Amino acid sequence: MAVGKKKISAPAYVKGHGIEAEDIKEGKVTHVEDHTDIRYQFTAGQAISKFLNGLKEGKILATKCNKCRRVMVPPRMFCELCYRPIDEWVELEDTGTVETFSISYIDPDARPLDEPEIVAVISIDGASPKMGILHKLGEIEPDSVYIGMKVKAVWKPPEEREGMITDILYWKPIEG
Amino acid sequence: MFERVRGLKFHKKQDVAIVGAGITLFRRRMNETGKELSYYAVKQALEEAGLEIQDIDMVVMGSAPDAFDGIHMKGEYLLDGAGGSNRPYMRVFVGGGTGVFAPIAGYWHVASGLADVCLVITEEKMSSSHPHPQSAFKYIWDPILDRPLNPNLIWIFALEMRRYMHENNIKHEDIALVSVKNKGNALDHPAAQVAEKITVEDVLNSEPMALPVRRLDVSPPSDGASALIMVAPHIARQLTDEPVWVDGVGWSLDTTWWTNRDLYFPRYVAEAARMAYKMAHITDPRKEIDVAEPYDPFDYKELHHMEGLGLAKKGEAPILTREGVTARDGDLPVCPSGGLLGVGNPIAATMGVKVAELYWQLAYRAGKRQVAKEVTTGVTQAWGDLMQVGTVMVLSNKR
Repeated sequence: MAVGKKKISAPAYVKGHGIEAEDIKEGKVTHVEDHTDIRYQFTAGQAISKFLNGLKEGKILATKCNKCRRVMVPPRMFCELCYRPIDEWVELEDTGTVETFSISYIDPDARPLDEPEIVAVISIDGASPKMGILHKLGEIEPDSVYIGMKVKAVWKPPEEREGMITDILYWKPIEG
Repeated sequence: MFERVRGLKFHKKQDVAIVGAGITLFRRRMNETGKELSYYAVKQALEEAGLEIQDIDMVVMGSAPDAFDGIHMKGEYLLDGAGGSNRPYMRVFVGGGTGVFAPIAGYWHVASGLADVCLVITEEKMSSSHPHPQSAFKYIWDPILDRPLNPNLIWIFALEMRRYMHENNIKHEDIALVSVKNKGNALDHPAAQVAEKITVEDVLNSEPMALPVRRLDVSPPSDGASALIMVAPHIARQLTDEPVWVDGVGWSLDTTWWTNRDLYFPRYVAEAARMAYKMAHITDPRKEIDVAEPYDPFDYKELHHMEGLGLAKKGEAPILTREGVTARDGDLPVCPSGGLLGVGNPIAATMGVKVAELYWQLAYRAGKRQVAKEVTTGVTQAWGDLMQVGTVMVLSNKR
């Protein structure tokens, strides 16, 4: 096998061409339009059902593995590292720490939002270190958020809770 | 507990060589179907290898989420364009990791001796879904815990980038240099979608998407296809004087509970690299690797992945970039192709700027993109699923 520079040019490539959105709108490109119409009903499962029912009562529930001593949130029925059933359920605080955050200017379809929203991974007090959940921050200016900030859950009024992650409206900074 | 027999772990029946590659233009929208794009890439790879489709024993197709195309089980749909009719054919997909996972599957076929000539074809057509390919990404989130918060996929990258910057004390300016480098490198790539000469200021002033991620930190959605021909040694020797050999492969997945891990270091890549390096007998990647094509859909991701691949210590990748070490004429060229940031990001089809690019570099066939230094060994890697899969391949031109 010879090693060294040789005079060989870039490989040939097959020509294609880009087309613009207007080309499709104006019918210059042959195409069909289709909309899939499927609905799904997801089961929450054993662990997350209990977690969601906890949220309805204003509690954050976690599970514990007595082998690796982890307190896990979101809770699961088995410890994926030890690969054995969890041992018990524990209730956590509704406070935590911002591990990382982002100021989002786009919605799920990549369309611009009128007002940016702050999203964060928040590790929950009482769980093992770095046991975070994805959620939103509120009652704070985007410029004031920092990693390590202590935050507290702001709950929906009890009568409006429906057993969803959105039963927590957002997390606000703990003053002082 | 049984007794483990050491030493047979990476026993393989035969070596595997790459003898041809093909790539289409990467573009936001193309008039061609995924089948037609696949056909172009395959034809080009066959031509470079000097083979006909009748010479192919088995075909591996790589394509990522079905939701992009609105065609479920699209492996079957793409079959004919992929050259898979009437021969053993399979589809593999691990999201963005597919670009390197598909050739890893091709490697299994040849190394095991099941096939002597294997065609690997990767395709992605992201422009079919409206209003935006991002809409399809809604369906990779946990339906109960994440989706009610209306997430956009960019969020997780932004969260990871922020954590990486925080943990290693890195400024956005240092990360933007990657985008500047790769988009500049792509000016020499004939298939490139967003090659341009930009500055760090351009990146920092571009439209905010999910801060710290801005428009020019991100690779574009693309359509495209790429192909590779992988063969047994006795075939390779007949076809070419310059085969490029697969020295090692590795893959690994980190936990699905992505919010439960520290996001500053890509453990999935480190684990996958450990497997590939062990197989390739590489103990000091920084010294033994001549050229690298890590996965760069975001500028911080190239740095993140360099560190996962052991090409830089934790927090050191931005320094190497600033000092020009990773430039095409540097000591360790990284993404000389222009990468996803410059050439484009048709998810699985990025095999064309990762494994195929490394093949062209090691065969000294990369033309204007050929790196300045002499090269014998290179590493390439891809990443995907819900931020958790690492796929790594080590290639070399010596035997």
